[in-house]
Amino acid sequence: MRPADLLSSAWRAIRSHKMRSALTMLGIVVGIASVVLTVGLGLGTQKDVSEQIAALGSDLLIVSPGSSTDESGMRGGFGSGTTLTRADADALASTVAVPDAKAVAAEKTASVSLEYGESNWTTEVTGTSTSWPEVRSRELLYGTFFTDEQADEAASVIVLGSETAQELFGSTAVVGQEVTIDTESYEVIGVLAEAGSSGDGSLDDLAVVPMTTMVEQVDSSSASESVGTIYIKAASSDLLGAASQEAESLLLNLHGIAAAEDADFTIEVQDSLLDAATSVYQRLTVLLTGIAALALLVGGIGVMNIMLVSVTERTREIGLRKALGAAPATIRNQFLIEAMILGLSGGAVGVIIGVGLALALPAALGSTIVVSGLALVVSVVVAVGIGAVFGVYPAARAARLAPIDALRDQ
Amino acid sequence: MTVMTSDPLASAAPVIELTGARKTYHTGDIEFEALRGIDCRIFPGEYVAIVGPSGSGKSTLMNILGCLDVLTSGRYVLAGEDVSTLDEDALASARNRRIGFVFQQFNLLSSLSALGNVELPLIYAGVAPAERRARALAALERVGLGDRSRNHPGQLSGGQQQRVAIARALVTEPAIVLADEPTGNLDSHSTRDVLAMLDDLHAEGRTIVLITHEGDVAARASTVYNVTDGQFVGAGTEIAK
Repeated sequence: MRPADLLSSAWRAIRSHKMRSALTMLGIVVGIASVVLTVGLGLGTQKDVSEQIAALGSDLLIVSPGSSTDESGMRGGFGSGTTLTRADADALASTVAVPDAKAVAAEKTASVSLEYGESNWTTEVTGTSTSWPEVRSRELLYGTFFTDEQADEAASVIVLGSETAQELFGSTAVVGQEVTIDTESYEVIGVLAEAGSSGDGSLDDLAVVPMTTMVEQVDSSSASESVGTIYIKAASSDLLGAASQEAESLLLNLHGIAAAEDADFTIEVQDSLLDAATSVYQRLTVLLTGIAALALLVGGIGVMNIMLVSVTERTREIGLRKALGAAPATIRNQFLIEAMILGLSGGAVGVIIGVGLALALPAALGSTIVVSGLALVVSVVVAVGIGAVFGVYPAARAARLAPIDALRDQ
Repeated sequence: MTVMTSDPLASAAPVIELTGARKTYHTGDIEFEALRGIDCRIFPGEYVAIVGPSGSGKSTLMNILGCLDVLTSGRYVLAGEDVSTLDEDALASARNRRIGFVFQQFNLLSSLSALGNVELPLIYAGVAPAERRARALAALERVGLGDRSRNHPGQLSGGQQQRVAIARALVTEPAIVLADEPTGNLDSHSTRDVLAMLDDLHAEGRTIVLITHEGDVAARASTVYNVTDGQFVGAGTEIAK
């Protein structure tokens, strides 16, 4: 039998039982539509999450003083050492040595009591450079950040976190006010916009001053050159690894250390929390896709069920076809192709419905659904495959029917 | 066209040659001998009727002759080819090339037009669309239904349906036309119609094997075999015309 005749014969058989074929396809339609939707939803959520990661600074490297491990494998003196200096930060900011870094900010912090009139509030005061808002992805609610000039002359200016301002003044619109630290007055030149909280606590309870102001006035007791942490913002999250390597070799070189395992500093990526969030979403996607796959399986069983009914119902037809010269393989192929056409049509309709919902739902749900072309192609191929797999048994049964028994069937 | 006779001395080789044909069915522990050693030779152009009451084994004989079933023992040579040892695929091919079936129930596919039904055996033979359309149309015209090729079986009378089935049996130019109670489902008018058609085919020199339990139908044949209890009773009776 010619392949074209095989196809048209299968197609005619499907068309001559429109209702039954439509019901058979329904299972596949629902299964494929839900696969398209869940995969799209999963991809969309991952995209949302990775955008959030980028916004929160997954392109951020944190350089801390001290070795990450000592001989016992414990983090000895982590973060408490004084091995990082302002000179290190200046070197890291060089576009020659660390070309994949976009901005660098060193931080030196101290817990300090701020006073305004009768009220006082103890908070973390950070001395840093003008690149800090960019590096830490912070914006100002009121006023401005300090300038390079103010940094150079160790101006008595301070930028407050919104929570700090609220605690001290009972308001955040406090630009131009003065706060006192240890009898010294500082002009409030800006108030930071809220950033919520990280694992370490509120990101809004802090005060920021120029590094020079920090070492000369606020915290003059500590070693003036050492800094607590250096933040490096990579040019993009893809370049995070490259920036990390460049920063590491530069610091090893500056510190005169030959082997990386002897490093007196640690470079970390600030995304462990977000990693956890991503993996939760990934697990959710796997779960949803699993449920959709179950729907497909049920659809496939539906195909097998209807094909078996069809074989029983068409016993006489099969007998006649065999009597007229159809070989067992020809009969088998015809039923297999019927099942595959059902799978293909169901898959195509399912993809159309899935894509339609993927376009319509985000507006209603506010979530992102990414329709990937690959997922659509795979869906249709899977649908045809399901037709083939679940069509094998009915087709084999049809092929095995003895022509006389089949013809005798009333 | 010359009309062949059952004369064993005729020069042509037999179309059908059964030698010691036996068929035994097993149903659980029960054995049933449907054919108990039949010898039979049918020559080209013969019009043979096989008659017998139900349960006599004539349906089994028809299945064997139609290559729908195989012998338990014995030999069946169809148009020079020993089909008693063929596998299912080869049997399907033998049915397709050598045999034209006409069934009591017509067995037309209701989803196909008359033309589509007649084309079916040619589809399984792998004939290209244009050629099989032409051949199917010619076969339909031969049975007088050239103007009904687009009609579906539901739009045709019983007699017309059986004529479509005859066209389907003829379209492959088979060695034999095997008709199993072809008039069993027809009224008397259609019966005459269909039997006249078989007479015509016989007159054209086609080999026809007719299975029936009706004496008056069998009387149209040139030779009649009586089957009882899986055996031929006496030799083939030649009907004088």
